[in-house]
This record gives sequence, C-alpha cells and structure tokens, in this order.
Amino acid sequence: MSMPRINVGTWFENLVNWLTDNLSWLFDAIGSAVEGTVNGLADLLLWPPALGLIAALAVAALWLRGWRFALFTLLGLALIDSMRQWEPAMETLALVLVASVISVVLAIPLGIAAARSDSLSRVLRPALDLMQTMPAFVYLIPAVFFFSIGPVPGVVATVVFALPPGVRLTELGIRGVDREVVEAGEAFGSPPRRILTRIQLPLAMPTVMAGVNQVIMLALSMVVIAGMVGAGGLGNVVLDGIQRLEIATGFEGGLAVVILAIFLDRITSSLGDRSAVARAEKASARA
Amino acid sequence: MSRLRAQNVTKLFGRKADEGARRLAGGAALDEIRKLGVTPAVVDASFEVNEGEIFVVMGLSGSGKSTLIRMLNGLLPPTSGHVEIDGVDISGLRGNELRAVRQAKVSMVFQHFALFPHCSVLTNAAYGLEVQGVPKAEREKKAKEFLRLVGLDGWEDRLPGQLSGGMRQRVGLARALAAETDILLMDEAFSALDPLIRREMQDLLIDLQADLGKTIVFITHDLNEAMRIGDNIAVMREGRIVQIGTAEQILTDPANDYVAQFVADVDRTRVLTAASVMERPLATVVSTGGPRTALRTMRENQTSAAFVVCRDRKLLGTVNAQAVADAVSNNETELDGLIDEDVDPVAPDTAVADLFAQSAESPLPVPVTDESGTLLGVIPRVTLLAALGAINGHAREPEPPGEGGAPADGQQRREEATGVDA
Repeated sequence: MSMPRINVGTWFENLVNWLTDNLSWLFDAIGSAVEGTVNGLADLLLWPPALGLIAALAVAALWLRGWRFALFTLLGLALIDSMRQWEPAMETLALVLVASVISVVLAIPLGIAAARSDSLSRVLRPALDLMQTMPAFVYLIPAVFFFSIGPVPGVVATVVFALPPGVRLTELGIRGVDREVVEAGEAFGSPPRRILTRIQLPLAMPTVMAGVNQVIMLALSMVVIAGMVGAGGLGNVVLDGIQRLEIATGFEGGLAVVILAIFLDRITSSLGDRSAVARAEKASARA
Repeated sequence: MSRLRAQNVTKLFGRKADEGARRLAGGAALDEIRKLGVTPAVVDASFEVNEGEIFVVMGLSGSGKSTLIRMLNGLLPPTSGHVEIDGVDISGLRGNELRAVRQAKVSMVFQHFALFPHCSVLTNAAYGLEVQGVPKAEREKKAKEFLRLVGLDGWEDRLPGQLSGGMRQRVGLARALAAETDILLMDEAFSALDPLIRREMQDLLIDLQADLGKTIVFITHDLNEAMRIGDNIAVMREGRIVQIGTAEQILTDPANDYVAQFVADVDRTRVLTAASVMERPLATVVSTGGPRTALRTMRENQTSAAFVVCRDRKLLGTVNAQAVADAVSNNETELDGLIDEDVDPVAPDTAVADLFAQSAESPLPVPVTDESGTLLGVIPRVTLLAALGAINGHAREPEPPGEGGAPADGQQRREEATGVDA
C-alpha cells in the first residue's frame, strides 16, 4: 500500500502560471523599477575613474575602522582593477546593494512585527526556513517566468535567500531587550511606538546590524547563481570561467567576490559598533 | 485619605484564567485551580494606602508581590477585582487612558534599576517628563534638581554603565521623583544592592520621604527593611495577604504561625521601643530649686550635668555643673539663665536601633518624653548597651568574660546610683 499521489508540484506550477497570466503588470512595474535602480547605481559607481573611487573608499575605511582596513581596501580594490574585473565588480556591487536594501527594508519591519506577536513569529518561522533552505534554482525559474532574463530575477532570488537572517536577528534583538527596561517605558506612560523607537530599537541595534551584515554576506554568496539568469557582473565572469574551463578567469572572478565580501562585512560591522548602545558599552568598560 | 486602594484583586496566569477566577469565586481551593493549569499569583488582595504613607508588601519570592505591584499601575490587568487611584478604578482603563494615569499619578522604581543604558544620567532622570511632553530645557532643569536631591550632582553626563549599583538606583529614584507623581511604586528597589548601600538607600528614602511626603508602595523580601521603612506592612504568602499591620503589631501579634516564624529572626532593636528600656531619671533638678540644690543633686549622682524639669515634670533642658558652680560662687539664686534648652528628647515609641546615634553623640542620657513634653525616663548609654546585650543574648552563646565585663560594671554602677537616690 502506498500514499495516494499528492500533486504539490503541479499546484505550484499552476500558481506560477496563474500569477504570470494575471499579475504581469505588477511584475513588469517591479521589474523595471528594480532594473532601473541596479543599472543606475552601477553607472554611478562606474562614472568616476576606478582609482578615484578606490581612494575615496579607502578614506571612508580609514575613518570607519583605521589604517589597517584602509590599506586592505586600497590594495584589495586596486587588485580587482588590475585583474580587469572593476566593471563586473561594480555591477555586482550595485546588484548586491539593491538586493540588500530591499531585504533590509522588508526584514526589519517583519522582525519587529514578529517580536511583538508570538503568533506571527510562529507563522513566519517555517516560511523563513523554507526561504533559506529551498534550493535557489527552484525559485530562480519562476522568477525568470515573472521577470524574464536580466538582473531582476537575480535580485529577487537574492532577496528571497538573504532576507531571513535580517528578520530573525531583528526579532531576536528586540526580544532580547531587557524586559524591565521596556517595562520602565510602559510604567512612565510611554506609548508603544515611542518605546520601540526610543528604547527597543536602539538597544537591539547591535543585533539588528549583525542581521544587516548577514543579509549582505548572503547576498554576495548568491552572485554566481544570479549570474545564471543573466544578472551580469562577477557572477558572469565566474560562470564563463567554469563553462570554458578557464581556471584563471574563474579564480579572478571569485577572488574579486571575496574582496568585496570582506570590504562590505567590515564596513557594516563597524557601523554596528557605532550604535549608541555599543558606544555606551565601551564607555562603561573604560570606567 | 486613601490614595490607592486594592479591592479583592486577583491575578491568575494561564489559558483558563477566567474559568479559574469563576471557580475561585465559587469557593474552590487553590490546588483545584492549579489543576486547571492556572497559576494563582495574587488571590483576593485588599488594602488601602493613605496619603504620605509607606506601605510595604513583604513576602518571599513567588508570593505574588511583584505581580501585585504591577497591577497597581496597570502593567498587568487584574483577572478580577479593582484597583482605585484617587477614587478612579483603573482596572477598566486601556491604552491611552491608562498611560495618562501613569504619567500623571504613578511612577515606578525597579529592582534592577531598568535605566536606559544608551542615554545619559540626565536623559534617564528626565524620562518621565519627556514622556509627559515637557520641553527639553525645563525637564532637564527639573531632572538636575532631583539628581542633586539624591546626591548625584555632577554625574549628569555619565552613562548608567559608568555608575555603581547604588548610584544607578539613585538615578532610578531621581527618574521616578522627577516625574512628580504623588504615588511611587518601588519593586524590590534596594534588593539588588549590597547591605551597606542598601542601608544608605533606605536612609535616603526616609529622608526624602520626610520632605516629599509621597504615597509609596514598597515591595521587599527583607523583613528588616520592611520594619525599618514601612508605616504599614502587608505580609504575603502564596498570593494572599496574611496580615496587615505596623511593624510592632506584626512582631507582637502575628496573625498565624507563618508570620510568627517569619518574624522570629527579625532584628528586635528595630522594634523594641525606648519605653521598654528607659529608666527613672536620677539627676533631675526642678527649675525653681536654685543653683545650690542643682549642684548638690549633681554631686550626689556624680554627674556633670542634669535635666531640668518644671514642677509638673515637663522637660525644660539641661544644666551643666560648671555653669551651676559659677552661679553658686556668684551667689545667684535663679537657675533660669543657665538652662541649655538644646535637648533632643525622643518619643517613647522610638525604636531602640534609632537611639544609638543620639546616645553616642551626647554625654547625657537620652531623655524620653511624651507628647506634652513630660519627662518619662532616660536612657543612659550603658543601659542601651545592656539592652542590646539582652536582645542578642537570646540568640547567642555567653560572651567571653573579658568582653562581657563592661556592661556588668555599668549595671553595678547604676544600682549604686539608685541607692544614693533612695
């Protein structure tokens, strides 16, 4: 005896077809907005001479973290330029930044809502599990159905994969705020919105920033997969290398991804260290 | 006048809380309620707190006292019963109405201080006013005043993390006071502090209370703390209030074995009163008696000073032997000009523990007077020490002979003095 066949896959396919037929106007609107933003940002990053932008980023690195990181930025980004990967690297940076901003904009409110409602949190958890563990190719194909080939399905697939840690860490951060401190806000008659903005979010900020950092890291890890649907950038370089069995090209593309990843990771984590709470902790440690 | 009133307040936790409340009202036992999966935190608590009173709720952890205090400002809604603040039932209020009551009437001090670690001490202290919508300059001015009042002048720009525990709770206290509400809820406010700092904070609270006259509900698990600061004490056990009374009532007339056992270890110097240890005053002179009589009384009692009383034994002040001897050699006949009226008599219900400081400061015995100023008795230093010995003697092994010597001598000397008087 065996289970009767449940056609989950067919249902999903029917849903995708129905969405393609009926909501194409919505997908077109989203698609052109995202594509415009990614291309615009990439053009902006490529507008100044590469070495000029590298110098500017090195100065920013010096200000945020210090001279070691500034030196890494200078040498790392210069290496990307010397490997002739500057243009695909900036395309990738644009795609990653747009996908990360979309993810964070969705993740933080979702995380806040989940922290405030146990039932939403319970519903959200398996959905996030699904987004993180479902193989990317499975939703890459419907994304191509909706948005056709180009950077947009890449961004969409990246958002799906990178969003969950943003939601989870925001929820964790807000739930982790000392109950008594939140109670103090309530006891003095502060409305919930002010408690959120004045107490919960500032105190959760280090954890939320860790979430933002993870979002960006996961977005970078999707670069090659996004390249498969024509998102361009370093993903294309790596794929070319694989397809033509050119070890050198593949390695250079991959190395450029790693350099970008380290740069973005250090930048975002130093932003987390600059939050009011992190500064307060440092000041207290000195006392 | 009652500012705060709890009427049959019950709080049950669990999914079937309402069902539990109905059964409880129908006379069900607590164990039966627990079988429903309902945790009874507070059961049928009723009390009134009067204007300017410190009302202490005393109980071990798990007795429901923290739940009780959170119902007094609506942080937790009662399952049944009513909480009234200035005659307004707050158990029916929600959202904005409740927040308005908290802003205007009730503030709170927390066990672990609950300061905002990312804000300066000044911003923390000004928080209540900030929520009330007071403009920045004004609220910071007021917050500074209250920070000064709790002894944190000059610490305004620090962060809470840079302060010691005691100082943090001073900020917590300043924050609650700066909100200028009449009612103050203090949830185990001093329990997280080490004993010396705790005493300091209790003194600070007693001092401030003398000036500010707030209506305070103070939660504690420390009976000595309760006895020290409480005008009235409610003892809680398993969610119920088992006795409400003054410290002395609870000590001398415990409502049941639980309370009796609880108070067995209490520091009795806080509860024993001046009346119970005072003695008959020996070196007293009557104001109309003249310097010569006064000098003789002092010589007989081998003292260098004496209390001066009227004919009806009202305490007027003290005279010292040097001044009286000078008056005698100048042939003066009146005592009136020699009396030092700067005496600090204590009431007969003053706790023994509060006599030590005064006794140590003054060479004279501490005078005890009633409300009309009549001298009832005096407490010499040796008597106080002997009384302390007797109090501790109940619990302790006999003292080694060397240390026990001093009080015994005192006892002997007093007996001799009595003999002279007779």
